[in-house]
Amino acid sequence: MSVTVPLDHNAELRRAGAFAHGFFGQARFLARRYPLGAAGAIILIFFILCGIFAEWVAPMDPLTTNAKYSLAAPSARNWMGADMMGRDEFSRIVHGARISLMVAISATGLGAIFGVSIGLASGYIGGWFDLVFQRVVDVLQSLPLLVMALVITAALGPSLENTIIAIALPLIPSVSRVIRSNTLSLREMPFVEAAQAAGMSEWRIAIRHVLPNTLAPLIVLATAQLGSTILTEASLSFLGLGVPEPHPSWGRMLSESAAEYVRTAPWLVIFPGLAISLIVFGTNLLGDAMRDLLDPRQRS
Amino acid sequence: MGSYLIRRILLMLLTLFGVSVLIFTLLRLVPGNIADILFDAAGMIDPVEKQKIIRELGLDQPLVVQYMQWISGLLRGDLGFSYISEKPTIDEIAPRIPITASLAAMALTLSVITGVPLGVISAVRQNTKLDYALRVFSLSGLSLPSFWLGLLILMGFVHWFGTIPIYDRNNTPLEQLAFMLVPAMAVGYRASALIMRLTRSSMLEVLRQDYIRTARSKGVSDTGVNYDHALRNAVVPVITIIGIEAAFLIGGLIVTETVFNIPGVARFLVEAIRMRDYPIVQNLVMFIAFSVVTINLLVDLAYSLIDPRIRITD
Repeated sequence: MSVTVPLDHNAELRRAGAFAHGFFGQARFLARRYPLGAAGAIILIFFILCGIFAEWVAPMDPLTTNAKYSLAAPSARNWMGADMMGRDEFSRIVHGARISLMVAISATGLGAIFGVSIGLASGYIGGWFDLVFQRVVDVLQSLPLLVMALVITAALGPSLENTIIAIALPLIPSVSRVIRSNTLSLREMPFVEAAQAAGMSEWRIAIRHVLPNTLAPLIVLATAQLGSTILTEASLSFLGLGVPEPHPSWGRMLSESAAEYVRTAPWLVIFPGLAISLIVFGTNLLGDAMRDLLDPRQRS
Repeated sequence: MGSYLIRRILLMLLTLFGVSVLIFTLLRLVPGNIADILFDAAGMIDPVEKQKIIRELGLDQPLVVQYMQWISGLLRGDLGFSYISEKPTIDEIAPRIPITASLAAMALTLSVITGVPLGVISAVRQNTKLDYALRVFSLSGLSLPSFWLGLLILMGFVHWFGTIPIYDRNNTPLEQLAFMLVPAMAVGYRASALIMRLTRSSMLEVLRQDYIRTARSKGVSDTGVNYDHALRNAVVPVITIIGIEAAFLIGGLIVTETVFNIPGVARFLVEAIRMRDYPIVQNLVMFIAFSVVTINLLVDLAYSLIDPRIRITD
């Protein structure tokens, strides 16, 4: 007599995601494995969509003033109330998502491009080049992100582009440090030696073989930086030195005599801050999941 | 050790030199001459007067000469005069430093005494409801802008007490300390959250080690294992983050001092930038850079003192 045990040979493989095919299959697999990261991604996608389709999502024009509704409390007309000039707060927050994300994504991207170039060159070329650039990085790193950004906006004058530059520049040190240390260890890898033996030029090896291998730590770092760039933009604008009028920026919405609104119009303080916190919370959740996924050394 | 220290200090001086060149150049990029601004602000129209201002401020000198004048003054302890108040820069900056320093110290203390124990609890109770709650709490700390947190606290004050706490120079030191506690919490939350996260992950790492199993099998109590064996090793990387966080803290101080109207040195930097008061801005930035590199050096030294495995070799 024999007992047949139904064997599911594929159970193990399924758990490891071997059958997660296509974009949605993979997404479903990852979402099940990293529920918090998926929540973060959903929050971020929500804000991105708000930013892209702001004209359709927002019920009113964010810049149209209406004295009749000055400091109006939340109502059916103004879901989140209206500001001093009677502009609809909800519409301004929806449009603010566009500004906030545009600044954050451009600044992070710009910082990554320069950071990767410097890090890759420093790690690969080494020698005096490395020495000089690491000292430059030391200098940039000795000033807090916000202080550096403040001084740069002061130097360049307040505008949307200058805010992006001011936030991107202080991001360069951390990116270049990470890429440099990765490049240093990758340079010693057998596949680099193999490429050299095959007669490939050093330049080509750096771009085609070393660079792609530094992508994972770069994505982890960039996602983590996205949250802090959003916060820095908000802080700069809050201090009146970031994104200028008429762009609706969440930080600036809080700066416009916020201390006074604390008493008279609390909704003008609550909603923009809630938007900033929620989007940063989302990027942090996503960032943690990215780190777990792409950086196995830090997996807990 | 000796030569390591000398090398570090030389490197520190090199970094500070770089910062001074950077900040000096950046401030000279500003569109609009400071003489124009002062000239317009004073309502003067006589071009001769304008030339006088330019000469008095030394703006007619080549940039290199201006830079040398600034640095040689800095080395002699002469920081020049504020453009706006026309008082010596040092008299403007020095009285504001203790205010910011006490706020920073308080925020850092608060964040360590909450962050480390909560991180330990979170690690020891890994994957329980308590752990999840604490992790959400710490992630929120990294997500809330500290100025908004400050505004929410003010809102709470209005709601429950009908008034907003106001900083008063004439208060007794004890009253000032009590006042500072509230903004210190607003700034310290972020640092606390970061310390908590790091303590948690560092504890989890340590708790997997063989010597922890050895301690347990010897019959050491849970508390003994957690605090005596694990935490003492887990806390080492946390010290580095305190050094890194010190730089972040300055950013938090800038906005929080603005929200709570505290006349500290951090808020003063923003005011000086708005007023284009270069002597104040460049000296303040140098002071901040000096604080940051010094703290980093001290943290590295503390690191080797606390953990004998990390030896500084010459």
